[in-house]
Amino acid sequence: MLKYLLRRFLLVFVVVLGVTVVTFSVMHFTPGDPAEMIAIGRYGEDLTQKEIEWVRTTEGLDAPIYVQYGIWLNHLLHGDLGNSLITGDPVLSEILTRVPATMELAILSMILSLLIAIPIGIIAAIKQYSIIDNFSMIGALVGVSMPNFWLGLLLILFFSVYLGWLPVCGYGGFEHIILPAITLGTGMAAITTRLTRSSMLEVLSQDYIRTARAKGLSEKLVISRHALKNAFIPVITVIGLQFGYLLEGVVIVETIFAWPGVGRLLVDSIFARDFFMIQGCVLFIVIIFAFTNLLVDISYAYLDPRIRYQRRD
Amino acid sequence: MSLLQITNLRTWIPTRDGIVKAVNAVDLEIEDNEKLGLIGETGCGKSILGMSITRLLQPSTKIAGEIVYKGKDLLRLNEEEMRKIRGKEIAMILQNPTTSLNPVLKVGDQIAEAIRLHQGLDKRTARKEAIEMLESVKIPLPEKRANEYPHEFSGGMKERVMIAMGLACDPSLIIADEPTKGLDITIKMQIVKLMKEVTKQRSMLFITHDLGVAAKICDNIAVMYAGELVEYAKTDEIFKKPMHPYTQGFLNSLPNMGLKPIRGLSPSLIDPPSGCRFHPRCDYAEERCKNRHPEMLIIGNGHYVRCFLYD
Amino acid sequence: MHDIVIRIIQSRTSFTDFFRYLKKNKLAVMGLTIILSLILIAFIAPFIAPHDPLELNLNNRLLQPCEGYPLGTDDLGRCILSRIIYGTMISLEIGIVVVGITSSIGLVLGGFAGYYGGILDEIIMRVVDIMLSFPGIILALTIAGVLGPSLFNVMLALTLVHWTSYARVVRGSVLSVKEKEFVESARALGASNLYIMVHHILPNVIAPVIVMATLGMGHVILSAAALSFLGLGAQPPIPEWGAMLNSGRAFMRTAPSLTIFPGLAIMITVLAFNFLGDGLRDALDPRREAVT
Repeated sequence: MLKYLLRRFLLVFVVVLGVTVVTFSVMHFTPGDPAEMIAIGRYGEDLTQKEIEWVRTTEGLDAPIYVQYGIWLNHLLHGDLGNSLITGDPVLSEILTRVPATMELAILSMILSLLIAIPIGIIAAIKQYSIIDNFSMIGALVGVSMPNFWLGLLLILFFSVYLGWLPVCGYGGFEHIILPAITLGTGMAAITTRLTRSSMLEVLSQDYIRTARAKGLSEKLVISRHALKNAFIPVITVIGLQFGYLLEGVVIVETIFAWPGVGRLLVDSIFARDFFMIQGCVLFIVIIFAFTNLLVDISYAYLDPRIRYQRRD
Repeated sequence: MSLLQITNLRTWIPTRDGIVKAVNAVDLEIEDNEKLGLIGETGCGKSILGMSITRLLQPSTKIAGEIVYKGKDLLRLNEEEMRKIRGKEIAMILQNPTTSLNPVLKVGDQIAEAIRLHQGLDKRTARKEAIEMLESVKIPLPEKRANEYPHEFSGGMKERVMIAMGLACDPSLIIADEPTKGLDITIKMQIVKLMKEVTKQRSMLFITHDLGVAAKICDNIAVMYAGELVEYAKTDEIFKKPMHPYTQGFLNSLPNMGLKPIRGLSPSLIDPPSGCRFHPRCDYAEERCKNRHPEMLIIGNGHYVRCFLYD
Repeated sequence: MHDIVIRIIQSRTSFTDFFRYLKKNKLAVMGLTIILSLILIAFIAPFIAPHDPLELNLNNRLLQPCEGYPLGTDDLGRCILSRIIYGTMISLEIGIVVVGITSSIGLVLGGFAGYYGGILDEIIMRVVDIMLSFPGIILALTIAGVLGPSLFNVMLALTLVHWTSYARVVRGSVLSVKEKEFVESARALGASNLYIMVHHILPNVIAPVIVMATLGMGHVILSAAALSFLGLGAQPPIPEWGAMLNSGRAFMRTAPSLTIFPGLAIMITVLAFNFLGDGLRDALDPRREAVT
């Protein structure tokens, strides 16, 4: 178990390191001169070549690329993600002020999606090929195919513009979070429903389920004691992957609903061409994603005694 | 009256490729304390027959005929009544212990669960009984092993767990489905010995494709081919005087009898051969074997065979 | 020889079976029908669109659906229906180009990684791992954002992001096929690596790739629309569905059809590919479920 966890930690470390390389390269292989872009961000469009060169030297942009990466990584390890080119504030503190809003939205959507998906997925599997099953599977497929930005707009159109029940956008009381959470939760619910169902079907066809029935257990016990725990093992992984979907979703949903989270910060910085802020947001999101996956793996190991004792391939 | 009487049993399973007619017009009887061997190749329907008795097949399966156990037709019971039979009256030892044990539950709990259910015992007493069961199937350190998960057991030990689970509620009839499959020879013999011991006071339907094992355990043997019984006799009679060409072929394919396989492949159960189902592979096949379906014939002394050769 | 004959027979029956099962799946048939209709619409767009999608008409701004404009007009007086019809072409084009390129890259890289193994495999798969540890759209968003908003950059970004999943699946199936007897025997007969790859491995790997590509079409179209919606993809006046939704947001109160219909078009298209992809996957699944 310990060995397994250690291995996973190492893997996360390697992946995060790789991610820093990718993020760093994306920023540095962009068309245009980074020194010029920084200078424009700081001092406006009206620049002389001398000023640009000055920025280049002070920022260390004249050093070889791997030296620049080393310096950047060193700063990163000390929690220094640079300063915003627009406001001049430290990137990390700006991101951290946005985190609570994103978390609020993410957690509520996650809960909402699980509340919808897990019962429907289980019932659909138990009643395979029934009307309930067919109906929920088509519903789930529609949910997967529905663009979340469109769903968000439709919800605004109906609940805010037409009925006037809920605010169009913004951050504030509980009424503000309802529509964004539904928008984000629906897509996830659709994916989780499908996976819960197929996982449950897989488990229900296993021999040990027949063994449980052969003992004379009621269908309720067969499902609650023998099937659910096994079925939840893959579903947990999926919830981890869902977190990735969630992080994708917040970018769009936060933009539509003017929700002051990390996703919106990323989109805003992209349009402002605030490179250090973009870098910071991406790294932040990926690291959160990587550690959630680690957390999922740990809970996976906890649920599955086969992994608890031996190293997983 | 016999303990279990099966009359004209048919089990049909619909699949995407067509209806699998796994069991066709089977008649069988098991007396008190009798050990009946049901032998046949893989895919001949013998496991399905076993599972038809306790109705453990998927709901879409059609089961017709009569399965009378202690005077009650199991096919007419509702699900609730059937549940009280399963495990308590008729226990199954299902094949492949590796997949038949739940990987995420402790072995002791998997045994105790049936005891709690059928005997209404509290958790702690049921657990004690489960440990006793593990002891009775000769698992060393039963108290410690009860707390372990199936993947920590070896193949032979898992089979013992399956047997302990089957015996847990002291059933009158055991249906054992290939309990020795995949075990190496020493372990196999240990399991055979154990099976003999634990079924001294019970009846058993022993499903296997291993004639050697069946010979050691069973009083009578029924041979199944393509969903039908083709021969039925006392165990030593089957070995001394096999009558059906299929039984003869089956015996000749044993390692100590020359390892001669039967030619051809076992037939599909969706679209079985016309006439006698064995005729495409039979060395004695005549014209009538292709067109007419042979009936079960009595050849005296409780020996039955389904073949025109003895008509 | 015997083996080969059996293999041919097996592949033939599974092929006809495959179509039989697919035809039975109503949703898959529906998906295929919709996709074919969309392709047709894309080709005959100039003949069926009532107006020029770029034609401005400031006298007819934000009209409700009416006789001349079945779905109304946008803020610049352009016919919404015509723009949606032309948008079909754009979305399908994005999907086909991105899926075509990504699946080819995935086939080649995944194939090499699985077939040759060793250090090549190690490098390719580590890169795949790292790319997959980005939530897909975040990376695409960043790349597209940094390169600057344009349809081409969105396609480039989606290509960079999407090839990894194909590579991973292809590698997995190559690994499993590689050890099969017919590959061993071909090698024993002296067949070249290229011959074995094209004649033995490719046919066995292509099925999962087709399923992925079908589902991938939906995914790519959706992602491209999302990026355009954020303003990073197609720029005005291109009649791209996501971009149309973006520009319609400001006029939600007065012209709701500008919000409703482009999104509906995206959903129907994506849904069609998902229906077909799901059906293909079920039909290719060797574990055929019982029908009752």
